[in-house]
Amino acid sequence: MYAGPAHIGTLRIASSFKNVHAIMHAPLGDDYFNVMRSMLSRERDFTPVTASVVDRHVLARGSQEKVVDNITRKDAEEHPDLIVLTPTCTSSILQEDLQNFVERAQLEAKGDVMLADVNHYRVNELQAGDRTLHQIVQFYIEKARKKGELPTTKTEKPSVNIIGISTLGFHNNHDCTELKKLMVDLGIEVNAVIPEGASVHELKNLPKAWFNLVPYRELGLMTANYLQAEFGTPCVDITPMGVVETARCIRKIQQVINAQGANVDYEEYINEQTLYVSQAAWFSRSIDCQNLTGKKAVVFGDNTHAAALTKILSREMGIHVVWAGTYCKYDADWFREQVSEYCDEVLITDDHGAIGDAIARVEPSAIFGTQMERHVGKRLDIPCGVIAAPIHVQNFPIGYKPFLGYEGTNQITDLIYNSFTLGMEDHLLEIFGGHDTKEVITKGISAESDLNWTKDGLAELNKIPGFVRGKVKRNTEKFARDRGFKDISAEVLYAAKEAVGA
Amino acid sequence: MTVAQQPEALNFECETGNYHTFCPISCVAWLYQKIEDSFFLVIGTKTCGYFLQNAMGVMIFAEPRYAMAELEEGDISAQLNDYNELKRLCEQIKRDRNPSVIVWIGTCTTEIIKMDLEGLAPKLESEIGIPIVVARANGLDYAFTQGEDTVLAAMANRCPSQAPVTENEKSDRNAIQKLLNFGKKKEEVVQEESAYVDHPPLVLFGSLPDPVVTQLTLELKKQGIKVSGWLPAKRFTELPVLEEGYYVAGVNPFLSRTATTLMRRRKCKLIGAPFPIGPDGTRAWIEKICSVFGITPTGLEEREAQIWAGLEDYVKLIRGKSVFFMGDNLLEVSLARFLVRCGMTVHEVGIPYMDKRYQAAELAMLETACHEMGVPLPKIVEKPDNYNQVQRIYELKPDLVITGMAHANPLEARGINTKWSVEFTFAQIHGFSNARDILELVTRPLRRNNNLKDLGWDKLVREEAKI
Repeated sequence: MYAGPAHIGTLRIASSFKNVHAIMHAPLGDDYFNVMRSMLSRERDFTPVTASVVDRHVLARGSQEKVVDNITRKDAEEHPDLIVLTPTCTSSILQEDLQNFVERAQLEAKGDVMLADVNHYRVNELQAGDRTLHQIVQFYIEKARKKGELPTTKTEKPSVNIIGISTLGFHNNHDCTELKKLMVDLGIEVNAVIPEGASVHELKNLPKAWFNLVPYRELGLMTANYLQAEFGTPCVDITPMGVVETARCIRKIQQVINAQGANVDYEEYINEQTLYVSQAAWFSRSIDCQNLTGKKAVVFGDNTHAAALTKILSREMGIHVVWAGTYCKYDADWFREQVSEYCDEVLITDDHGAIGDAIARVEPSAIFGTQMERHVGKRLDIPCGVIAAPIHVQNFPIGYKPFLGYEGTNQITDLIYNSFTLGMEDHLLEIFGGHDTKEVITKGISAESDLNWTKDGLAELNKIPGFVRGKVKRNTEKFARDRGFKDISAEVLYAAKEAVGA
Repeated sequence: MTVAQQPEALNFECETGNYHTFCPISCVAWLYQKIEDSFFLVIGTKTCGYFLQNAMGVMIFAEPRYAMAELEEGDISAQLNDYNELKRLCEQIKRDRNPSVIVWIGTCTTEIIKMDLEGLAPKLESEIGIPIVVARANGLDYAFTQGEDTVLAAMANRCPSQAPVTENEKSDRNAIQKLLNFGKKKEEVVQEESAYVDHPPLVLFGSLPDPVVTQLTLELKKQGIKVSGWLPAKRFTELPVLEEGYYVAGVNPFLSRTATTLMRRRKCKLIGAPFPIGPDGTRAWIEKICSVFGITPTGLEEREAQIWAGLEDYVKLIRGKSVFFMGDNLLEVSLARFLVRCGMTVHEVGIPYMDKRYQAAELAMLETACHEMGVPLPKIVEKPDNYNQVQRIYELKPDLVITGMAHANPLEARGINTKWSVEFTFAQIHGFSNARDILELVTRPLRRNNNLKDLGWDKLVREEAKI
């Protein structure tokens, strides 16, 4: 499963904010989110998520006072600004009137209380996150409006809201730092970053920004669209990942703020950064990158990262992307439109078995995908660079590793280059027949072969360099099967090689 | 022994049940490995799948013999036919894996929509020809390790009720026995058979790694006790025979439903003993079994003393220190008892569910241990409230908190040593020789922090959490 259940999205938003507490209406054990947050992002603080436990009694008699009590208790204990009551798959089918609980709890609670408007059976983690962020922002904008506290003017200097940085997001904290740096370079004030680290009291100031920057396709667009509709704040939704896209994003920012009378010209900055600060452009010219020309790769991940990586591989490095895919089925059209000219085939699925098969079929030199693809790569002996969630703890590096902005281009270049077998090593293996003397011939994801390799056939096969051995083996077996050979000897191997160029 | 102490009894409390633990469906992770010819089908939602995928880490990529039947909106609103959907899935499993048993794990969702798994299973079983065992291991009723309890209780009903021994087979078996004994001297064979005392058949229940099964079996063999079978066995097809009057003994504290099933449905006699965790527990476990069979145990006292002597390096580190169990896996009472014996003070034993009958011997032993070691009796808190517990931890400042991963890092950041509780479930902790492993786990945070203690980095949060 690539994207988690809906409540995970809501919890990610709620726990990204400062002093917001989420209460899940869920059975025992569904608070696994706390473990993930505590382990993966090594949080020092207690994850502000508790469960209002649904047990046998709740099933029989309804939650009655339980949810309300839990909300008011948490309100008294921790004094959160906001408590988000989070439905789960269980509450979706219990159909209790959670909105009513929220209203009753609101009467007693000092903080605000809200029900996350997500349905387990309709949306996944990413959609739910997007929706919850929008819901919280809308709630506080309307609250401020009622009180007459909404600021009516923009900031003096050009300013931006960065929308969509969240906890458990792939390299989100590093990306956030990089984006802030970029804004400083461009002379743009950061008005707010939401949701990570933000207080809900800051949300009323969102309209003061000149524009909104939404770096990730999956999270923040609903909020940006809402702000555009309410306040006419323009939105820049170009992900600044890779040299070309970063430039495109900056040019769009230039256009947006010049339209509001800023009069800036970033061309010189883009030029300087591209040629001398980012090493990615220079890398594309270097001999190292030449060796990668035409090598086959496949890309799979969420919309943002898979689309950006596909463009970088194909447009900036001359690598042959055989297929690019996303598990964001609900937003597949966008993905197709973004990548179709940069790869041979577009794959939209959330079935990791299908992805594994598609990798085995193509036999790329490198995979760029999630942890699932990394494991497929391990079994097929193909290196994999991890570019998107689902991710493990090693994808929460302590060192500075943004994917966005100019430093991001450097990091991505390293990731890509290190994922391919190094050029020289590649040649040496080919010339000397490899240093791999293991008995294991190949590991495939498909079933074991029905053919018998004779001793000399096997010996010959073992002489073939490791990285192409699997392919040779498969081609030879196909050849043997087509001609009805039962045993594969050295002769058959070479006959196959002549016939199909294996 | 002679410590003059107020004869106080254990103090039991019950809180709100707002605590963190694993969902009981996690039992598939170790049970599918234990029962090699099984296939576990979890019938639940994306939430269940997400939990398993993340909690099991890399294991899901090793093509495990478990799968999710993910319920969709159509299933919930009964637009799809439960029976046909399950049939389709089970046929696919049969085709791809051909297991000897399919275990259906019922979840919260199947409970709420009242999917009649127990009713569907026998019908489908006869249609596809593979046994289907139903276990309702859901978060509405159970916590973490209790999942195994529900599965084993369901399996207990599948154990053959009669040893299928005909005269013919007997001689066959002897033939095989002869073959196996081929090459051994005749006296040796005779000796091997006479190594056991004549006692009614004994079946042990509880899923343990195979090495531990061997260790405990051999431990009993030393006393002349023969283990006729284990529930579960390595394969479903090897489930032990359970005839009326057989004796059974549990190896884990969370198996109360299984024990009940064995007593009531299979008419077995339960040996209520402390659990073989720690050298003290192991000795008491063996002694109790011996006493039931009228055997005088031999060499146990020396054996226990020897193990303790070997543990001294570790015990030195924790003697006089205090420990707090937040409670999430039901091993807490046994571990607390062992740690008291090691010289620790136990502030609180949090536990998801306390079966005072099934754990009676263990509780009594905890009480004795506290009296004999001259430490106060711990408070046993059933269905704990994690928030309250954290407040008590701030007050008590225990030297070690045994807790789930949700609290471990935040507590460490506040200068409180923690041990992640789930490791006790997956490590080998039973029997004499594994006592060392328990202490290895318990002392690890203390040893680590001893190494770092001069750095002055105890508290790594800016301010104390608000109370």
